[in-house]
Amino acid sequence: MSTEPLALAKPRAPRRPAARRSNFELYSWLFMRISGLALIVLVLGHLLIMNILDGGVHRINFGFVAGRWASPFWQFWDLAMLWLAEIHGGNGLRTIIDDYARKDTTRFWLKIVLYVAMAIILFVGTLVIFTFDPNIHS
Amino acid sequence: MTAVAEPTHDTSQVPAPEGSVTITMKILRFNPEVDSEPHWESYDVPALPTDRVLNVLMSIKNYVDGTLSFRRSCAHGICGSDAMQINGINRLACKVLVKDLLEKEGKQTTVSIAPIKGLPTMKDLYVDMEPFFEAYRAVKPYLIAYGNEPTRERIQSAADRERFDDTTKCILCAACTSSCPVYWNDGSYFGPAAIVNAHRFIFDSRDEGAEERLDILNDAEGVWRCRTTFNCTDACPRGIQVTKAIQEVKRALLFKRV
Repeated sequence: MSTEPLALAKPRAPRRPAARRSNFELYSWLFMRISGLALIVLVLGHLLIMNILDGGVHRINFGFVAGRWASPFWQFWDLAMLWLAEIHGGNGLRTIIDDYARKDTTRFWLKIVLYVAMAIILFVGTLVIFTFDPNIHS
Repeated sequence: MTAVAEPTHDTSQVPAPEGSVTITMKILRFNPEVDSEPHWESYDVPALPTDRVLNVLMSIKNYVDGTLSFRRSCAHGICGSDAMQINGINRLACKVLVKDLLEKEGKQTTVSIAPIKGLPTMKDLYVDMEPFFEAYRAVKPYLIAYGNEPTRERIQSAADRERFDDTTKCILCAACTSSCPVYWNDGSYFGPAAIVNAHRFIFDSRDEGAEERLDILNDAEGVWRCRTTFNCTDACPRGIQVTKAIQEVKRALLFKRV
């Protein structure tokens, strides 16, 4: 029940802001597909190694993690998993916030919380992977 | 909604032809001058199995309560006026037969009727379609051609016509758009119907406005909001593969090729 003048007067007058000519939504959509596929391999592989292969979860200790991170391959694996999962999940939450937040201020602050949480987790995770010191006890 | 007993109505004036069965029509009524929110009311009315839901609504309006409001025009599934939620699914009231809703022998049939969601209800089953048509107009649903007008007809091959054949069937009834969960939450999303009508011109070989339309649909409220839930395809009374059309627009954007 709008009080605006009848839209029929100027049927072709645009009432939406003009398209921003940004490919951001396209790239984030594409990223979700590609990272989703990559995460299937990365996460299932990670779970297999950590929980099922010889001894499973019982053999995990400081030494086990140190042994794996001695190899650049597993460092890269875990780094890729961290970044892809965090951005994939963060982008999904961004869409959910866009969908469900009713007020623009709620939407804004929820997104700020989300982005700060993402930044902290990515920073701490990356820091640990690269500065991990296996000789921490000595 | 409060748990008040649904008001009963005197339906004795409704003619009951031979072979008719009594069904309960549960209708979500709303009168903006009296009610603060919509409420259900039930009507036990006779209906023939060959009746359409629209016939039953008309007999309630004609014989029980003349204030019942809903849109209808052609009553033959062409004009797209009478989209509503019938038993929770968006359908045209003129295309749903009573016999397809009847319970098994001996059980009372209840048919629930509610206005389509996501658009402001103005009265009973009658919603404000303006946000829907605003999105429709925003995708420029008309032929855009540059250069000199051809002196003869714009010729098109059968194969070129076939590409957008499905999306020419749209009757703008809003059944798809108002079945879309993204549209319910975010009214600025273009919605399936607008994308279908953009698709109709984007893939038309005679049209030269594909790029502008794709730009519009590439925006934050465009095709990338689609969650591929297929509600729109299920709802379409014309059988348009709506989700497929949206995917084709996404593909055109992704590969920069129409």
